[in-house]
Amino acid sequence: MSDRDTVLQAIRNHKRPSGAPHLALPVPARGQVAGEARRALFIKMATAAAATVEAVDDPETIPDRIAAYLSSHNLPARLVLSSDPAVANLPWADHPMIAHRTGPATGQDHVALTPAFAAVAETGTLALVSGPETPTTLNFLPEHSLVLLSASAIRGTYEELWREMREATNDGKDWPRTVNLITGPSRSADIEQKLLMGAHGPRKLHILLLND
Amino acid sequence: MQPTSHRFIDNAHDALANETLQQALGNVRVNFIDKRRIAVEALPEFDDLRKAGREMRDRVLSDLDTHLLAFEAKVKEQGGHVHWCADAESARQTVLKICQEAGAKRVTKGKTMIGEEIGINDFLEANHIEPIETDLGEYIIQLRHETPSHLIAPAVHVTQKQVEETFRKAHRDLDPKRNLDEPSSLLAEAREKLRQRFLSADVGITGANFLVAETGTSVIVTNEGNGDLTQTLPRVHIALASIDKVVPTLEDLTVLLRLLARSATGQEMSVYTTLSTGPRRADDHDGPGAYHVILLDNGRSKLLGTEKQDLLRCIRCGACLNHCPIYHAVGGHAYGWVYGGPIGAALTPALIGLEETHHLPNASTLCGRCEEVCPMQIPIPNILRHWREEELQRGLAPTAMRRGIGIWAFFARRPALYRLATRIGARMLRNFAGGKGRLAQVPMASALTRGWTDMRDLPAPSGRTFHALYRQHKSQAGRAGE
Repeated sequence: MSDRDTVLQAIRNHKRPSGAPHLALPVPARGQVAGEARRALFIKMATAAAATVEAVDDPETIPDRIAAYLSSHNLPARLVLSSDPAVANLPWADHPMIAHRTGPATGQDHVALTPAFAAVAETGTLALVSGPETPTTLNFLPEHSLVLLSASAIRGTYEELWREMREATNDGKDWPRTVNLITGPSRSADIEQKLLMGAHGPRKLHILLLND
Repeated sequence: MQPTSHRFIDNAHDALANETLQQALGNVRVNFIDKRRIAVEALPEFDDLRKAGREMRDRVLSDLDTHLLAFEAKVKEQGGHVHWCADAESARQTVLKICQEAGAKRVTKGKTMIGEEIGINDFLEANHIEPIETDLGEYIIQLRHETPSHLIAPAVHVTQKQVEETFRKAHRDLDPKRNLDEPSSLLAEAREKLRQRFLSADVGITGANFLVAETGTSVIVTNEGNGDLTQTLPRVHIALASIDKVVPTLEDLTVLLRLLARSATGQEMSVYTTLSTGPRRADDHDGPGAYHVILLDNGRSKLLGTEKQDLLRCIRCGACLNHCPIYHAVGGHAYGWVYGGPIGAALTPALIGLEETHHLPNASTLCGRCEEVCPMQIPIPNILRHWREEELQRGLAPTAMRRGIGIWAFFARRPALYRLATRIGARMLRNFAGGKGRLAQVPMASALTRGWTDMRDLPAPSGRTFHALYRQHKSQAGRAGE
């Protein structure tokens, strides 16, 4: 008998029906808000998780803002971008001093900019999905992770996010390899429970929140 | 891993005498408890989520084969592979075969308790494949040739000074005079060392906090990001999971995510919750070319339908360890195998047998805090009682204990004799204590009671037994009611 048959047989021999009533899964009231309250909740929760949020009204100003971010953090004027048009088609030509390329990140990249698929206000969490234009390495290898998020893409709860994901992926048939739910920058408390930022992933998570 | 659970009593004595360990365990007592409490209080629906989560898990366990088959079908549909493994040896061989077929020399690892359960590191090493732990805590203990002592804080038994010593010994290529006084410099050094290895590994092995049948997905929950680099950079990703990890839908996953981080670290959400589904797609620029899920049984299926099935609801948050007075006193290694603390005491006998582990169910005061804080409401004290009964029935308990319980049972079954004996005993002890009301030694039983009387006096009975007081109370109450 194969291991598969052995395990399945053992489960079938032992399992017993559950007498418990089928309970509806509660959805915390906190996330069930809309509009400005939802946007404000996202900012509050993301900030509590040590992300920084910068509101942007005009996407054309994003390269300026990133230039300012790089210089204020004493970073080299170099950047790896997602090839998503929302990011790649910004007026980078106005900033010839910033060297940029598109594609996955390498160990040498300090800063990456990538768009979020959505976000969840309930916990201040970004939802980033992998795809040809949004490689997963952009989210983890650079020390500074810059993420472009449209305010209209903020969802209140996870339940709303899953509904939207199913719609966007042909009811799950085109589900992406990776969905990253990211709440703040990387951290570790493995040395005497002392909280340290920037363990293996980014030390900084900076969210450019586009008011659309 | 070779268990030392049969030595629990000696292990515990050693742990209590180990000053460095006691200093390190102090961090558990102060940090985890308040953080969890604050996070739980901030979510009014927490208790409703527990109830619904518990019911969902019970429902899945009652039809586990169906959910696992649905998961398997989805993984295949997305181009991944599922390997069913009845025991640890089968899982080890399966992992080795995947590594060998990939021509792997170096394997990076995210944190996985199933990896510990099947002893994958030693096995890969013996087969000339280098396993590298990448979680900071796991990396520290791998360098120290130790095992995790906590479900979510594997190096909680190690002090900062010991980490520094370990790094100086292991990273000999670095300047011996470098300053490592700050924990942040230790972290930076580990990050730098591990970064090189992430980029050169052939296979990445992670655990799986959950499996989602709806999408054929394995889920990991981490704070460092090491698990994500592990499952993204190498050519092959292997997720090690036990059969109890499956949930039907993304909404079912969500109820557990809402409970997990709050119970574990007191976070609203851990930093990285990642859903991995199949290998990289044809037009992806990164991600592994192959995706394997190991489904390990290793004794779990036989818990189904028993009074111990509730153990399979566990989501490995570690809250029971963090709130356990015994764990606080002796740490995780004393339990002698992979899982320590209350959940370890209750689960380990089921996985490696009661002969080896029969001390563990006794390593509890049955105070009930573990059940109180458990997000899955696992009745750990009850399960420990079941094991204690089995220990006695199977004659595994020490002779003195069996005889003692035998004598007690003899009296307990004869109420009149029991009352007489306790009356005489209580009176004798009171007389021995004299006017002090306390006993420095128990006459005629000093060898049996030394464990108590060496450290403190035994308060002597007042002279009247519970039964006598109860009868008096009842007759007084009866008179008052007339």
